[in-house]
Amino acid sequence: MDDTENNPRDSTALEQAIREHGPAMLAVARRLLRNEEDARECVQDAYLRAFTKSDQFDGRSTFRTWLHRIVVNSALGLLRKRKRSAVQTLDGLLPEFDANGCRIEPMWQIDEPLEKVLENRLVRDTVHQSIDKLPDIYRIVLLLRDIEGYSTEEVAQLLDTNVAVVKTRLHRARAALKRLLEPLWTGGEI
Amino acid sequence: MNPDRGVLRKLKGLLGKMPMMLTCQEFEDFVLDYFEGTLTAKENAIFKMHLLVCTDCKRYLAAYKRSVELGQNLFKEPNSPVPDDMPEDLVQAILAAKESEPELGP
Ligand SMILES: [Zn+2]
Repeated sequence: MDDTENNPRDSTALEQAIREHGPAMLAVARRLLRNEEDARECVQDAYLRAFTKSDQFDGRSTFRTWLHRIVVNSALGLLRKRKRSAVQTLDGLLPEFDANGCRIEPMWQIDEPLEKVLENRLVRDTVHQSIDKLPDIYRIVLLLRDIEGYSTEEVAQLLDTNVAVVKTRLHRARAALKRLLEPLWTGGEI
Repeated sequence: MNPDRGVLRKLKGLLGKMPMMLTCQEFEDFVLDYFEGTLTAKENAIFKMHLLVCTDCKRYLAAYKRSVELGQNLFKEPNSPVPDDMPEDLVQAILAAKESEPELGP
């Protein structure tokens, strides 16, 4: 790929790729890393990797999809390096059952349509903060699967684990998120 | 909790021990696959059967679904709590880093 107009080593091509995809990539990094400085480092690292190893781009996916994956990998690498959240348990956030195996579920009402609910800034902030509160191993699976849109198999690949582990973590992450969001529909304190 | 509810729970616990019936705790193991669409026809029937007799799981399932949907839609524009921008200094920093390391090894 040395003689094409789109030579990826060309800084014009790099600048174009940064301007076109940068905002979305930075948003991904911000969600995963929850820290502006790390997010910027992650995006810079991803672009440098992408444009150094652009010969590895096989054209099977779009450039954006390929770049997205590099950003995710870079973010996961940074998270491993940081090992910031020590707490990895979901104590008190998982479903509860009595001695008979019966669910203990509070009373609540979900009437409003989703779009309407999402217009509420307090709701959006609560959902955002609740996702951020999840321990990393659950938070990352939830983000990759439910928000970045990767399949269960792809998440397993990205995290170098198996599908069963991803499914268990995803379910627990969702159940814990539901628990954290309960005040929204039980009318309690957030 | 009032006593009626306690009796009801006990009955439901017994019901869960009958063939083709799940306890809520067993039901929990089916929830993810239910949303993934990966339950077998038989599992799906058993799952639905429990929902018919258990208002707690019905409420739980609705709240679980709503939580997933809130997450899935949270970062969609224009309401996303995470900004979708690209600071100019970052653009320049990346370009400068590329210039200074044109032959970055693998
Ligand atoms: Zn139940």
